Amino acid sequence: MNKSIVISDVDKIYQNGTKALDAINIDIMEGEIFALLGPNGAGKTTLIKIICGLTNMTSGKILINNLDIIDDYRAARKQIGLVPQELDTDMFETVWDTVTFTRGLFGLRENKPLIKNILNNLSLWEKRNEEIKNLSGGMKRRVLIAKALAHEPKILFLDEPTAGVDVELRQDMWNLVRSYQNNNVTIILTTHFIDEAEELADRVGVIDNGSLIVVKEKNELMSSLGKKQILFFLEEPLQFIPDSLSDFRLNLKKSNTTLEYTVTEKNEGVSVSRLIKTLDSNNIRFRKIETVQSSLEDIFVKLVTKK
Amino acid sequence: MSTNFNSIGVFAIYKFEMSRFRRTFWQSLVTPIITTLLFLLVFGSAIGGRVGGIGGVSYAAFIVPGLIMLTVLNESLSNASFGIYMPKFTGTIYEILSAPLSPAEIVIGYVGAAVSKSVLLGLLILVTATTLIPISIKHPIIMLFMLIFIAIIFSMLGFIIGLLAKSFDQLQFFPLLIVTPLTFLGGAFYAIDMLPSPWQTLSLVNPIVYLVSAFRWTFLGESAVNIGSSLVVISFLFITGVILIISIFRTGYRIKA
Ligand SMILES: Nc1ncnc2c1ncn2[C@@H]1O[C@H](COP(=O)(O)OP(=O)(O)OP(=O)(O)O)[C@@H](O)[C@H]1O
Ligand SMILES: [Mg+2]
Repeated sequence: MNKSIVISDVDKIYQNGTKALDAINIDIMEGEIFALLGPNGAGKTTLIKIICGLTNMTSGKILINNLDIIDDYRAARKQIGLVPQELDTDMFETVWDTVTFTRGLFGLRENKPLIKNILNNLSLWEKRNEEIKNLSGGMKRRVLIAKALAHEPKILFLDEPTAGVDVELRQDMWNLVRSYQNNNVTIILTTHFIDEAEELADRVGVIDNGSLIVVKEKNELMSSLGKKQILFFLEEPLQFIPDSLSDFRLNLKKSNTTLEYTVTEKNEGVSVSRLIKTLDSNNIRFRKIETVQSSLEDIFVKLVTKK
Repeated sequence: MSTNFNSIGVFAIYKFEMSRFRRTFWQSLVTPIITTLLFLLVFGSAIGGRVGGIGGVSYAAFIVPGLIMLTVLNESLSNASFGIYMPKFTGTIYEILSAPLSPAEIVIGYVGAAVSKSVLLGLLILVTATTLIPISIKHPIIMLFMLIFIAIIFSMLGFIIGLLAKSFDQLQFFPLLIVTPLTFLGGAFYAIDMLPSPWQTLSLVNPIVYLVSAFRWTFLGESAVNIGSSLVVISFLFITGVILIISIFRTGYRIKA
């Protein structure tokens, strides 16, 4: 796979002295959905702003499809669409005009069928002649998305695209994101809804305090950092865990009425049946079994509170 | 540096700015026309009758180039400064900065629109004035070029003010408290050689004196300040403006945090 974005050793210190990014290195692959997660003030928006040319990096190097974002800024920027975090829109422009305007800025001639198609996909077609100030917050967000798509970018940055968006629209947006991915558009997304990342992302990067603390395939992240546990609800409380069960790393919980077994990559699958047999041979009876799996959210919280 | 000029992008900015102008079209036109009529009425007829002619023309005809300058300087400043300040204020500047546009192209878009608008208004004042009083222009072609050139200088200045301004107050401060007084003192309504000599000399540090004088020269064929020195000052202002803008964009000052 080709690398869409190569970020090498990027530092950012703002003029007021805030160190927003510290030696960031990420490769983003063509056609993937990459979720950039992190608490407020972690540096997500700063990184996006640097890549898109809205702020200068203090040091480092970034390539967009092998084009340097500084030396080859024209060619590099043509490939990028940005939906910013803030709802910054003109007020008196109509939806149609503002989307056409963006396409123009990128040096492309008017393409009415394309713009019509984009507006349709975002349910904005009926609003095309409306002044932006008359739209609701969710509609404005969609106008920003339409603008970002107007020049047919190969790489799309979505900085909290679903903040303030209702549930139904959120689904629509997810579908839209997937449809662009199917057209081989690379998507970088930040969000505070971890379920959104879990739903959409191929890979996840977690940034905290300006440092990248992890970059992994989402599934790998969830299996390596997440926990799968099996809970045995016992018929009678157990005073202690018998020696014969000591290789199973069990915990007694809930005033000794629940046995908690943690599945790790090593023991997965193999030993559960052995565990059940051993419980049985020790006369430990249970009413029911439950499995719990930590969500991306649990993992995220664990990662950023660890420090 | 890429070589291909993003003309479509520049035109998009230009068109956007001109459409802002179109929304307030009538206000934009009516104000300078009424101002011109008032000035010509008060200064031209009422006072002019007593002052008599200057430089071989009636006082009313004498102040017309000054009136045009006053409007063109103000319009250039306010349009260009507002044009770039607004997107900074609303946040929509992100679009311009993330587009494949060079600093020069951005400036051309904004400054070009401000120049178009103020030159249009300047010409409108000229037309309004010619319907009221006889006006002859000695060097019409040079007049037009001079008008455009001066509009470019002040639109660049306005652009810089808009880039640097942190509030709407700062946006208005410069035109209102510096440029308008300097224009009045710059001989818009009198010839500076009418002043007593220390004031005459003092006037020569006011750059607007040279602009007004040179512009009036295109009408009358003679001027208070030597036309050669005026051209030198105008070129100097132009080059200073270009250098300032380039260095502001280079450093990203006040645009890219
Ligand atoms: N223009 C600026 N000047 C100075 N410091 C800034 C500026 N913009 C952001 N910062 C600081 O940089 C750090 C990173 O901010 P950034 O906006 O990148 O965070 P974020 O991860 O996007 O947070 P959020 O989830 O709240 O959007 C913060 O400490 C912030 O205060
Ligand atoms: Mg952010």
